[in-house]
Amino acid sequence: MAASSLLGGFDWRAPLGVGRSLLLAFATFALLLLLLGKNPLSAYAAIFSGALGSGYSIGEVLVKLIPFVLCALAATVPARVGLVNVGGEGQLYMGAWLASFAALNLTSLPAWLMIPVLIVTGFAGGAGWAGICGFLRVKAGLNETISSLLLNYVGTLVVDHFVHGPWKQQSAQGWPFTAPFVDAARLPTFLGSRVHLGIVLALGGVALTYFVLRWTRWGFEVRIVGGNPEAARRSGIPVGRYLLVAMAIGGGMAGLAGMCEVSAIQGRLRPGISNGYGYIGFLASWLANHNPLWTVATSALLAIIVVGGDVMQVNVNLPSASIDILTGLLLFFILGRSRKVVAA
Amino acid sequence: MALAFVLAVLTGAVRSAVSVLFATLGEVIAERAGVLNLGVEGCMLVGACGGFIVGVETDNTLLAIVVGTLLGGVVSLIHAYLTISRGANQVASGLALLFFCLGLTALIGAPYVSKNVTGLNPVPVPLLSELPYLGPILFRHDLLSYAAYLLCPVVWFVLFRTRWGLIVRAVGEDARVPFAAGWKVRPVQYAAVFIGGLLGGLGGAHLSLAYTHSWVEGMTNGRGFIAVALVIFSTWHPIRALGGALVFGGAIALQLQLQGLGVPVSPFVLNMAPYILTIVVLLLTSRNRRFSMPQGLRLSFQGS
Repeated sequence: MAASSLLGGFDWRAPLGVGRSLLLAFATFALLLLLLGKNPLSAYAAIFSGALGSGYSIGEVLVKLIPFVLCALAATVPARVGLVNVGGEGQLYMGAWLASFAALNLTSLPAWLMIPVLIVTGFAGGAGWAGICGFLRVKAGLNETISSLLLNYVGTLVVDHFVHGPWKQQSAQGWPFTAPFVDAARLPTFLGSRVHLGIVLALGGVALTYFVLRWTRWGFEVRIVGGNPEAARRSGIPVGRYLLVAMAIGGGMAGLAGMCEVSAIQGRLRPGISNGYGYIGFLASWLANHNPLWTVATSALLAIIVVGGDVMQVNVNLPSASIDILTGLLLFFILGRSRKVVAA
Repeated sequence: MALAFVLAVLTGAVRSAVSVLFATLGEVIAERAGVLNLGVEGCMLVGACGGFIVGVETDNTLLAIVVGTLLGGVVSLIHAYLTISRGANQVASGLALLFFCLGLTALIGAPYVSKNVTGLNPVPVPLLSELPYLGPILFRHDLLSYAAYLLCPVVWFVLFRTRWGLIVRAVGEDARVPFAAGWKVRPVQYAAVFIGGLLGGLGGAHLSLAYTHSWVEGMTNGRGFIAVALVIFSTWHPIRALGGALVFGGAIALQLQLQGLGVPVSPFVLNMAPYILTIVVLLLTSRNRRFSMPQGLRLSFQGS
């Protein structure tokens, strides 16, 4: 019983429906490409070979899976107490920012010490940023959907400011880069691919979230807070503290995603480390009905589309954002399936 | 010098507020009917891009504005269908719409990025524009700017003094009541979301055709989200929306003027001002909001 309630009433036939929605989305996108005079078949060939055609491309899907899963958790944990965190993007940037601060200043630390420091600072950066929204919600009743959305722009600008100004590498001429991180501050990669330690953090985060929600008293109280805050308050559960902590943990997850991007992928802080990962993560979480285990599957689906889209963009000569159309269409068709319509 | 600076900021505030004001007024109407549309950001993008393309291709600014406005309304119908007819989550559907529009405008607008457009240019109001101080601040703008400010009392009148407005508000509070009174709820909600989309598209068209005279991928930069925040600030009231939009416009104008003066503050820090100011303004006015929120929105503003 507990298990089914944790799965949030997840419909096990859903993957089938997602498949159908996927087909419909692909068909609509093909129609659009035809209208624009592009060849949809070569576009789809590029998507599939780009995402699943080789060991390398599958590795790239796993590389994208890491921030998507972590950003999905950023939405999932707050959603469990009834909060809507759409601020994964800003939290990702702030995690990257604080981790970069550590990486650029503690250059003499050995790797075995540096990597835990990066994990802690990445988490703290995102947690602090989300904590602002949680704090404002609890103390001032300010809606966290709005505040987290607006702070996305601020977080991105914080990184812009530092890479264009105080942290800019002198030798980088016009480029807004920090100095490259020392080797000790680079997350280790596996099997000669770009898949890095972040995959352990992401899957570990999923497992831990599932475990805590499913098997601990905290998880039990979270379910009460999320289900009926008034009942929770009356039974003595510190509701405000749960809201704040859930928000901060969620933000911390997104912060880890940011730390992974700078430490493992870029090797330095620069603008544009995330291409809407925070928003994609929110959608992955929502598609999974805020079930931590299912977010891995939904994140993988979105990662395949995004990685394939990158290849399509080059092969068929489309702007990179056009893959957002496919993501949007897919969501439209999936959203169109829900039938929780109230009479009237 | 100081006076010229203040004048420039105030004039800029009135000008910069326009696109957000249109979007905010539209969102007020949609939310009064109980539908939160985060996709208004997407409606603005579609309006900005579509309007700009028509402006470049036909050099007919009126047609460009009409097309931009209509496109904003059309894409908002996707959100309307998903949330009203299919009961989809409003936050997720709004974000999906944003993604769709972001991609679509990037794709279709790509060839137009460095193009120029005649667009809308300032039309001084006779006599009034000659007033000292007030003239340049208020009466030397483009026609859409005047329209935006005049629209505030119009939306107020429609919402609070017409039968349709009463039904919209009733639907947003508790859809069962107008339903029991024999009104069809969904057409009202569809209409409210559609009008919201139209106004979002109009705001976007103003942005590309009158404000920047250019099109850039993702140029709305969160203005739609700011509009959603300003709706809360305005406690779902069209007249107070004007105040919110002007505060936002003032932040944009102040930042542009300071950059123009070469103030030794990072432009990125200055760019944060509108977003932070919006949050601060929300905080300062948060006391009464709980009671003025349409009850039908309560579900959307909580988790799913």
